[in-house]
Amino acid sequence: MDWGTLQAVLGGVNKHSTSIGKIWLTVLFIFRIMILVVAAERVWGDEQQDFVCNTLQPGCRNVCYDHFFPISHIRLWALQLIFVSTPALLVAMHVAYTRHEKKRRFRNGEKIDIEELKNEKIHIRGPLWWTYTSSIFFRIIFEAVFMYVFYYMYDGYQMPRLVKCDAWPCPNTVDCFVSRPTEKTTFTIFMLAVSGICMMLNLAELCYLVIKICMKECRKTT
Amino acid sequence: MSWAFLRDLLSGVNKYSTGIGRIWVAVVFMFRLLVYVAAAENIWKHEHDEFECNIKQPGCENVCFDHFFPVSHIRLWALQLIMVSTPSLLVVFHVAYRENREKHHNQKLYRNPGKIDGGLLCTYLISLILKTGLEIVFLVLFYKLYNGFKIPRLVKCDIKPCPNTVDCYISKPTEKMIFLYFLVATSCLCIVLNLSELSYLIFKYSIKCYLKRHMKKQQ
Repeated sequence: MDWGTLQAVLGGVNKHSTSIGKIWLTVLFIFRIMILVVAAERVWGDEQQDFVCNTLQPGCRNVCYDHFFPISHIRLWALQLIFVSTPALLVAMHVAYTRHEKKRRFRNGEKIDIEELKNEKIHIRGPLWWTYTSSIFFRIIFEAVFMYVFYYMYDGYQMPRLVKCDAWPCPNTVDCFVSRPTEKTTFTIFMLAVSGICMMLNLAELCYLVIKICMKECRKTT
Repeated sequence: MSWAFLRDLLSGVNKYSTGIGRIWVAVVFMFRLLVYVAAAENIWKHEHDEFECNIKQPGCENVCFDHFFPVSHIRLWALQLIMVSTPSLLVVFHVAYRENREKHHNQKLYRNPGKIDGGLLCTYLISLILKTGLEIVFLVLFYKLYNGFKIPRLVKCDIKPCPNTVDCYISKPTEKMIFLYFLVATSCLCIVLNLSELSYLIFKYSIKCYLKRHMKKQQ
């Protein structure tokens, strides 16, 4: 059970997405999950080991590390990716439920268009439109919430080289040095930029769906 | 989810590539991706731990390492591999769009949706230009960040909290330099392949256009 499982699940949802949704999925896989696994995890790999404090007091380094890094960036990103991918499951569940209903009606003897049943693509209309639009809405909310959490927890998106710590049992204010701060700042800004792009794609998809449905309604009334 | 994803992606792209494009995919797999995973990653694995400074001052090593290696070579290499492979997706998207259009209109709109002509040719050329551009950008980035492609054995550091100028020793500098040169050589090879493919396609389709016009005039 790893990121491959998420890839398998979201790959299934891809069939029923709009074109913008497919682009979003590609950006998510290549520029977020892949970068997290192959690059970012290595950068943060030695974060506690190489967090050095200018003191010999046992426990001081541990306490200071815990104070300045309550949740590691890597873990927050992993959570963000999971939360942001989950709304797509609503769409997958809705599609599965629709298919199940159609099969049930077919078995009960109703005349169903077998071609459409066999055909895998299900169009985004009616209740599915609402599910799809809600999933995009939740995605945007989760992205924004996580971006804010990062900003709030780490006072911005820059990783400092030096932090001053005076938590007990450190005897006085102690200098502690973070490992690879520049590289971490670079990756933080990269991930922030890609989150921003994903949010823009989601907003564009939302506008596209809303405009499409409004135009359809207008054509119906005229 | 790791490099296997990129490998599957590029295998998918291979179907719609020209002969030179397939050579490019093979070079990226064998000489860049495989070398990265099988060899280069291990060389840079303990770069921080094995970076030693001639001082006991806590924090000095951290700060000096961060100053001399703002972004590690191996991370730049990984980013380069990912960025350089991504433009090929434009072609995959365009072919998928063509196939979708044919399904939507329920008739054959294209002789072969995967054949490189018309709009798909433009997309293919744009992807080649983007690939080449990104390769050059990363090579320049490497050059500018590390003052050339040399890795010194010893660097002198005098940033706070180091009390004076301190000697710091980089681990495995020769091995890292060899692999860095290897990376530069394979990047240049890929640039040459991309430019040849670009010239080949432009030349081929110019001749085609010219012949078509010539035939029309004769008629």
